Amino acid sequence: MFYREAGDFKKTYAEDNQTFPLRVDRWAYYLVLVIAFGAVPFFINNWWANAAIIPFLVWAIASLGLNILGGYCGQISLGSGGFMAVGAYSAYKLMTSFPDLNMFIVVLISGAITALVGMLFGLPSLRIKGFYLAVATLAAQFFLVWMFNKFSWFYNNSASGQIHAPTRSVFGYEVTGATATAPAKYLFCLVLVVLFAWIARNLTRGRIGRSWMAIRDMDIAAEIIGVNPLKTKLTAFGVSSFYIGVAGALFFTVYLGDVEVGEAFGIQKSFLLIFMVIIGGLGSILGSFIGAGFLVLMPLLLKYIMAEKLGFPTDIAAHLEFVIIGFLIMLTLVLEPHGIAQLWRVAKQKLRLWPFPH
Amino acid sequence: MKLTKLAAYAVAGAMLASPVMAELVFPSLSYRTGPYAANGTPVADGFADYFTLLNERDGGIGGEMTRVIECETGYSTEKGVECYESTKGEGALVYMPLSTGITYQLIPKVTADDIPLLTTGYGRTSAANGDIFSHIFNFPANYWNGASAAINYILSQEGGDISGKTVALVYHNSAYGKEPIRTLEALAENHGFNLTLLPVDHPGQEQKSQWLQIRRERPDYVIMYGWGVMNQVAIQEAANIRFPMDHFIGIWWSGSENDVAAAGMAADGYLALTFHNVGTDFPVFDDIQQYVVDAGLAAGDGSNVGTVLYNRGMYGAMLAAEAVKVAQAMHGVADITPAMMRDGLENLVINDENMAAIGFEGFGPNFEVSCANHGGPGLVAVQQWNAGDQKWELVSDFAETDMSVIQPLIDEDSAAYAAENGIEPGRCN
Amino acid sequence: MSDTVLYGIEAALNGLMTGVMYSLVALGFVLIFKASGVFNYAQGVMALFSALTLVGIQEGQVPFAHLINAIFGTNVQNFGWEVPALLAIILTIGVMILFAWLVERFLLKHLINQEPVILFMATIGLAYFMEGFGDLMWGSDIKTIDMSMPMLGLPEGLPQGGSFMIEDATASWGGDGFYGFFIDRLDITAAIIAIILVITLTVFSQYSKTGRALRAVADDHQAALSVGISLRTIWVIVWSLAGVVALVAGVMWGAKSGVQFSLSLITLKALPVLMLGGFTSIPGAIIGGVIIGVGEKVFEYIVSASWFGDAMGFTMNATENWFAYVLALIFLVFRPQGLFGDKIIERV
Repeated sequence: MFYREAGDFKKTYAEDNQTFPLRVDRWAYYLVLVIAFGAVPFFINNWWANAAIIPFLVWAIASLGLNILGGYCGQISLGSGGFMAVGAYSAYKLMTSFPDLNMFIVVLISGAITALVGMLFGLPSLRIKGFYLAVATLAAQFFLVWMFNKFSWFYNNSASGQIHAPTRSVFGYEVTGATATAPAKYLFCLVLVVLFAWIARNLTRGRIGRSWMAIRDMDIAAEIIGVNPLKTKLTAFGVSSFYIGVAGALFFTVYLGDVEVGEAFGIQKSFLLIFMVIIGGLGSILGSFIGAGFLVLMPLLLKYIMAEKLGFPTDIAAHLEFVIIGFLIMLTLVLEPHGIAQLWRVAKQKLRLWPFPH
Repeated sequence: MKLTKLAAYAVAGAMLASPVMAELVFPSLSYRTGPYAANGTPVADGFADYFTLLNERDGGIGGEMTRVIECETGYSTEKGVECYESTKGEGALVYMPLSTGITYQLIPKVTADDIPLLTTGYGRTSAANGDIFSHIFNFPANYWNGASAAINYILSQEGGDISGKTVALVYHNSAYGKEPIRTLEALAENHGFNLTLLPVDHPGQEQKSQWLQIRRERPDYVIMYGWGVMNQVAIQEAANIRFPMDHFIGIWWSGSENDVAAAGMAADGYLALTFHNVGTDFPVFDDIQQYVVDAGLAAGDGSNVGTVLYNRGMYGAMLAAEAVKVAQAMHGVADITPAMMRDGLENLVINDENMAAIGFEGFGPNFEVSCANHGGPGLVAVQQWNAGDQKWELVSDFAETDMSVIQPLIDEDSAAYAAENGIEPGRCN
Repeated sequence: MSDTVLYGIEAALNGLMTGVMYSLVALGFVLIFKASGVFNYAQGVMALFSALTLVGIQEGQVPFAHLINAIFGTNVQNFGWEVPALLAIILTIGVMILFAWLVERFLLKHLINQEPVILFMATIGLAYFMEGFGDLMWGSDIKTIDMSMPMLGLPEGLPQGGSFMIEDATASWGGDGFYGFFIDRLDITAAIIAIILVITLTVFSQYSKTGRALRAVADDHQAALSVGISLRTIWVIVWSLAGVVALVAGVMWGAKSGVQFSLSLITLKALPVLMLGGFTSIPGAIIGGVIIGVGEKVFEYIVSASWFGDAMGFTMNATENWFAYVLALIFLVFRPQGLFGDKIIERV
């Protein structure tokens, strides 16, 4: 009744082509933006920022990146943890070598460096496919982590090999370091998230995105109709790694501030990220956000309910958390293998006809 | 009517949600799950049990009840941050995160929030420089003291001369494992021994290459900085190549019952460093048994009491509790704030007298903390595993370590930190 | 022969043995992948779970003791009996068969005809579930495996430690700096067990009726269905077999390090083996394992040696984790389906 196309007339091609063709969707989108920029910064406190929202935003960028590669181009990568490390270490070297560099530029250059590394490790995708490729990208994961651990140049010869983000500000507001306020950190990440989501959305429905999807759906057929697999796969690896590198840089600078490569960017991060993409929905921008939200916020919620509200012993709560999350993942896949975003798509179809389905 | 324990927990949880009463809050960032659960559980049990004992026996500290908030980190840095943010609002007096990774994470945060951080035997070594790390305490001993203590032990075994000998360091290839390298390199120069470095990647289930190299090169001694499954495998592999166990010295995180159990009798004679005593031969354990275990209030099932890691958790809790007493005396209030707690830690004195008063006589070394020195004198003892009796025994006293080597390294590293973060030294002058 | 070469051979021999240990884990993957096209990430966790179950049964541990105690305020820990190793193994196999049945009944059945990546994710979900469930059931302390089976001539359990016989016999081959070849007796045992396993599995799949059905399912699900082979029964059988293989791997790895959470991480050691050997070949798993094992040990031996440092100006350590993957990656660039994998045929 409320969610429908009827009466929503399009007069120009541009209007017909917009991201949210339905007025209700558009309003919802603007509302979310207004709340995110206009209301949340006034209410956000340290717990919400450091434990929930910032990790969610950072993982959302990473998950957009992996979704471009996995969901749109069909190449599974398990090397994301290593690529995040590249982003983080690039940011560290840039921050310490050029103290006056704007943080936005630091983050973007880190992304660009990661994109180059990602394209290098994407080369085998021209020969290897499917699970073999997934396992092959683990080579990137292990090699990069080992490299950052081995060569002390990467961590400026510190005694332990930890890297530490010094305090940097953007427009006079500190966004990294311990004294940065929650709203500043939040807004810094939010601007990047909105920017990258917008870019991702428009990339994926343009020429490049269509060539990615052609390769995903049937690579040989795509080649026959003139899609260059080398260029297509490498752009997918490049763009995807750019996103993941940006996420890695934010993960280190804004979110944690102090990381050690093996612990922060280990193999479990690669798996976590691919989870987000699949649970959220392969090939869906919204899905990337849902997936990140699900896997960042769900453990917090479970922990809050079990350990704090119900007062379970912490170890039982933590074990149950694993059991429940594992169960929810399996349940989601059984109910809707295409992720939560697909559930939303189905719901939208139903809503359009509601309450008169016939 | 018999309420189930979970329901009781639920009621307790609901009550806790009501406004906080005046009490001394000690967050315990523990890890009872994940790859290091076997080590994290006894430490967390010891920590919790000691505060339970204080509440049950003495009615808290200085008349204020204590409360331990346990938060599960699973040894993950991100969960550690989440635990910190969720507990600091409860009036947390001091953080003891039990993980080097989380410690690094919290150093700038606690300093900004004016809450002290106590890392007994782990964390950032150069934080011993209190002039720069105002809120971080790492007494009674740190990783570099450990490295020096191992070399001192080797010196004592070899009659004071180890020039030309070879010492191999088998270490966890992470921030923690790399800590002793600089100290050992400096010591190698002083004493003229050769140092071989053998990193083992996480998790360390497969160490054949490293131990084959040890078998080939026959170092006179092996020092290990290991953690988790790496310890068990290393001790087993050492036994496999028949490396003499009494020439194999682990840091205190490689010297618990867990680490030697898998190798069985083959681990007999294995050495490890420690900064506190072992066993249950201290009056305080009678009280633990009486007020905590027998009363059914123990955090675990009571089977861990007296193990190395349980004692370590208890020792950390004891140091925190003693610091509370100092802070209460200094400021004349019982319900202290985190800032007062920081003062208490900075003026902590541990001597025979106050150790005896709480039933800890001989449990740990005597030391004093000062504004400039947050690490204490770094007294370390050596313990040896007796596989026949299944227990650890101290084989040396708490001995001095070579501060002439360590102090310059501490100054250098902390100065670098100060420069990087714009901290002005000179707080203590 | 110079000592350097002899020690190189020793590194290779040990790599060979370690490779077999990797193969034990890889074997479970291959079984399941062949029959159902599922890339079972939970194989490592299954090894952990089965080893935990074995020790738990043996020592008469009460399952879920911690949870029960927390809920009912009781203090139960132990039934107070000890089960002999052999019986405990049989009971554990029973548990793994039950597990296979449950997985089929509640998970796989609902995911028939899904894309491989979805099935892969489902097994990661399963791995999460099992990690929490296993710890909840048996506790998270480190357990020691006691495999003493007097009936089978193993009164002391699994042999451990270097073999004196080999060491003494070969010590005279090199100069003063050579101490004979070191070979771990546990590794020898593992190699023997692995060979027996592979032969049994091969014979089973070649000559038994069920084995033929397995191969038919592996070849073509629909064709197998149409000739009356029950897909679901076959899946229960392969998951049970994978459970048994997981148990063997869990016991072998657990004997060295104690049974603990980290056991689930051995999966990561098996993945390059799979890439190299191919996801669908049982002998491939063994040969892939051997190549990876020998490759990584010899590479580590060379790049960490002092003579290498003298010649190149640098040495490297702890290379094994990534070297296995890089080796497999380079190999795959030339042969994308692995050493023994089925030829990839693509049609438009």
